[in-house]
Amino acid sequence: MWMDSGDTAWLLVSTAMVMLMVPGVGLFYAGMVRRKNAVSMLSLSFIALAAVSVQWVLLGYTLSFGNDVAGFIGDLSAAGLRGVSGDAGSIPSLLFVAFQLTFAAVTLAILSSGVAERIKLSSFMVFGVLWTTLVYDPLAHWVWGGGWLAELGALDFAGGTVVHISSGFSALALAFVIGRRLGYEEHSMTPHSIPMTMLGTALLWFGWFGFNAGSALSAGESAANALLVTNTAAAAGAIAWLVASWLHDKPSGLGMVSGAIAGLVAITPAAGYVDSLSAIAIGAAAGVLCYGAMLFRVSRRWDESLDAWAVHGIGGLWGALATGIFAMESVGGYSGLLYGNVEQFAAQVVASLAAIAYAFGVTLVLAKAVDAVMGLRVTEEEEYVGLDVSQHGERAYA
Amino acid sequence: MKMVVAIIRPERVEQVMDSLEDAGFVALTVTEVKGRGEQKGIQLQFRGRTVEVDMLEKVKLEVVVEDEEVQRAVDAIIAGARTGKIGDGRVFILPVEKSVRIRTGEVIQ
Repeated sequence: MWMDSGDTAWLLVSTAMVMLMVPGVGLFYAGMVRRKNAVSMLSLSFIALAAVSVQWVLLGYTLSFGNDVAGFIGDLSAAGLRGVSGDAGSIPSLLFVAFQLTFAAVTLAILSSGVAERIKLSSFMVFGVLWTTLVYDPLAHWVWGGGWLAELGALDFAGGTVVHISSGFSALALAFVIGRRLGYEEHSMTPHSIPMTMLGTALLWFGWFGFNAGSALSAGESAANALLVTNTAAAAGAIAWLVASWLHDKPSGLGMVSGAIAGLVAITPAAGYVDSLSAIAIGAAAGVLCYGAMLFRVSRRWDESLDAWAVHGIGGLWGALATGIFAMESVGGYSGLLYGNVEQFAAQVVASLAAIAYAFGVTLVLAKAVDAVMGLRVTEEEEYVGLDVSQHGERAYA
Repeated sequence: MKMVVAIIRPERVEQVMDSLEDAGFVALTVTEVKGRGEQKGIQLQFRGRTVEVDMLEKVKLEVVVEDEEVQRAVDAIIAGARTGKIGDGRVFILPVEKSVRIRTGEVIQ
């Protein structure tokens, strides 16, 4: 196949856009923590970007996209990107490597929110590299690298399962292992800067066009559809959460942007397979469902601190199922439950449950192991002073 | 009249305000401040050496009360602010000569 300069140009831009999502996640979460942890929260996202960037070229890419081993993992044939050159369809292979790298980085950045305000920096770095290697890479291989879920026929256009289910449910497991923040439910832990969170959302919404429309791996009709349904679902999700919070209390800005993220998460696996009308339904339902998941989490007294589980985990689960419900043959060549295709829906259920079980289970074991070896959590004094001063020797606001 | 000034933990502000309100003290002023107590802040261990974080964020509350109400106000503040750990803060009592309501010019001695 000939490389296509239009496709290549679009994927170069998409890669840069998804890279920008990583600090975008950092700003989104930094606004939600107390001011004494803002530098820490942003740093965790930058660390995710830096650590995964190195891990990916050495090992991550080959484990995800190397030659299939038993449907579970890629082999080491492309370790260190040895022999990776030429084309991957209509784009350069190396560009595909870079594009996929940014997905792995943003996933770890989302996961960092589960341990906000109490994670030891060194432990996060060790845990992060291990998690990417043992959880993200196998899942990416299952779904996109020719692994067993791909064989099963499960659809995941841009990473609803690989990125969102995995980061959301892993964040929950990690939060269970590390424990609640000091003074949880006793002290006020209100977000210190909602405008910062909104700025992060703006970068995420923008970057998500690269995330979803880039996942078409071409600059054509599929990318155009993905971009439009992505925007539509984000809008529907924002309005749905806003209205849901309005019925409860005042319509909150933080709720609105959380709803936008929920809509973006849910449309991610479906972006290449559904039309704009379905996107309204998928996004709106995501807003309501994720809002309900957040209320459920609070009622269970789980300190999964910034709702990665409620928004990404549950939003990703809904998106994976919705892909099997709303997929239209005229859009992406596959039909879902609404058009009588029960098998597609069944494949989505199996893929979601497998991803949940694997991500949650492996993360639980891995977190306990890292905790046993080096301790996941800072000391009580360090937590009280805040991670900015105790981990970085810096303050966000002089 | 006396002014009761309390330096408390930022995370206890809501509890203190609630307990003051329950005791009948509604009007107050809140300021975010930084400072240090006798312990010179908090000592952190870092690579075997001690690092002092000596300027900690605190909140200053100011409430003006009648002389005979001072103890009740102080008790309410303590009830809301006490965690039992070092760094719970201090309460100071200052004399107030008079108070003037800006809207009406009314003087309260």
